[in-house]
Amino acid sequence: MDTNPDRTVSGAAAPPILAVEALTRSFGGLTAVDRCSFRVDAGRITGIIGPNGAGKTTIFNMVAGALPPSSGRILFDGDDVSSLPTHELFHRGIVRTFQIPHEFGRLTVLENLMVVPTSQPGERLWRVWTSPARVRRREREVWERAEDTLRFLTLWDLRDELATNLSGGQKKLLELGRAMMTEPRLVLLDEPGAGVNPTLLVKLRDMIRQLNQRRGYTFVIIEHDMDLIASLCERVIVLAEGSVLTEGTMDAVRRDPRVIDAYLGGGGEGGAAHGG
Amino acid sequence: MEQLYGIFVYAVFLLTMGGIYAVLTLGLNIQWGFTGLFNAGVAGFFAIGAYTTAFLTTAPSARHFGGFELPAGAGMVAAMVASALIAWGVARICIRLRSDYLAIATLGIAEIFRLVLKNETWATNGARGVSLIPKPFEHLPEPWNQVAMLLLVFAIVLVLYGLLERARRAPWGRVMSAIRENEAAARAAGKNVDKLRIEAFILGAAIMGLGGALMAHHIKFIDPNMAEPVSATFLVWVMLVIGGSANNRGAILGALLVWTIWSTTEIITTRLPTEWALKAAYLRIFLVGLALQLILQRYPGGIFRERRLRTSTTASNRGGGSHP
Repeated sequence: MDTNPDRTVSGAAAPPILAVEALTRSFGGLTAVDRCSFRVDAGRITGIIGPNGAGKTTIFNMVAGALPPSSGRILFDGDDVSSLPTHELFHRGIVRTFQIPHEFGRLTVLENLMVVPTSQPGERLWRVWTSPARVRRREREVWERAEDTLRFLTLWDLRDELATNLSGGQKKLLELGRAMMTEPRLVLLDEPGAGVNPTLLVKLRDMIRQLNQRRGYTFVIIEHDMDLIASLCERVIVLAEGSVLTEGTMDAVRRDPRVIDAYLGGGGEGGAAHGG
Repeated sequence: MEQLYGIFVYAVFLLTMGGIYAVLTLGLNIQWGFTGLFNAGVAGFFAIGAYTTAFLTTAPSARHFGGFELPAGAGMVAAMVASALIAWGVARICIRLRSDYLAIATLGIAEIFRLVLKNETWATNGARGVSLIPKPFEHLPEPWNQVAMLLLVFAIVLVLYGLLERARRAPWGRVMSAIRENEAAARAAGKNVDKLRIEAFILGAAIMGLGGALMAHHIKFIDPNMAEPVSATFLVWVMLVIGGSANNRGAILGALLVWTIWSTTEIITTRLPTEWALKAAYLRIFLVGLALQLILQRYPGGIFRERRLRTSTTASNRGGGSHP
């Protein structure tokens, strides 16, 4: 394994919040993820990069419970959470966003966020009919949280708009907002920068950084925008053909000839794709 | 004078039937309108409700099962419970199917119910049906017994409307619509999607069962033909789509409107000569389809559109329920 067991950057004592062990997933004859192992430290922003088809999103799907692994283990905070359903992982604090935005189209922007929080008595029909006061109280809290989140995302003015009418970039912000509506312990962002215009991308980057530094969110980010990864992540994991090729700082990874090889399909005719 | 009286009685009958269809449409609205569940087996739950109350409330008879002479109210409650239980079983099997497959599965299951009712003659009296089902208020003199039945049906529609409107505006309605809009995102937001979909399916089916029970008591008779896909499932779907999916007022309006069209065209077709009358029965189905086309051209979301929370109208009572 290329995962470096004696890496002691942040004090070896702290156990990783997420550990993936020999994770494998095949679709028919194709092995999308092949005995992949890595660890993610709490409180940090970890990047996952790799060429298309390297298995990045498949790993996210397994960690978030959308897809059961063929074999291997996923340890979250020391517990084996392999194959738990998505909603249970959510309650443990794993929140994910999607590469292609998954908004609730015909709900308003505000409602898109108000759906998210847990323990809403108003989601139980019986409570709706028998204890409206309790439902209303909780609804007010949820509202306030959604308002704060939308102001942070600079989407408050669009609160009454149906989510389907938002631009691609605004939908990406809304995805991030969904993660902020809970107390996430691990946020998985799948290509947050894809399809986002440069101005918004700067904003998005600052938001992610703020959430990490001020609220202590742990992020794992899949991204093709190497500058975004370089500016956010101290540590980058490089995947190729379903397993970890190497990991380290963005600078070290960028210079690694194996990484260049993987991106250019083994041709090795120059490192233009990496801009550096 | 006599003619006016006839029109009055006809109008009462028309509105009662429209009200019963409104109950069925409100049930479908929970499943399709709120939650996006494509139930093409409305007729099945209708039949379960109708036969349940028929067995429980009729006098003993050698022709069919049951005959417990229970009061109609008990029959209606039992109809809802029976429909809910069977819906639970059906949902356990097929709730995870994608919407088009769910439609095929539910349509098939409803047809199985209908054929069982038709062929298990010892229990259901087969195609001859169950008759002499007691009707509430039938001891009252004409036309007051009919008027009382109409008032009962409308009271039930009103109570259902009140309860379902509150449910729709509550977080319950919001999470159901979220599932309808994007199942994967609802899962990623920590919602137990399967459980919530089953809940919506059961609630909708229970209300359809109530509609079936009301129909059985109103007509005083039930046979398997009344659970044909065209007259039960198809018509209820047209009502919901024309009135406005995901809007409870739309469901009620659609039911009254489409039933009026369906029913008054029957007046015309039954007066045609026999060789024409037979063909005209199909013309009615064509006409309802045409009405559907015309209305959807003009109102793509139905007459009443879905309404969502808008903060501008709730600014004074923030978070106080999502009143549109």
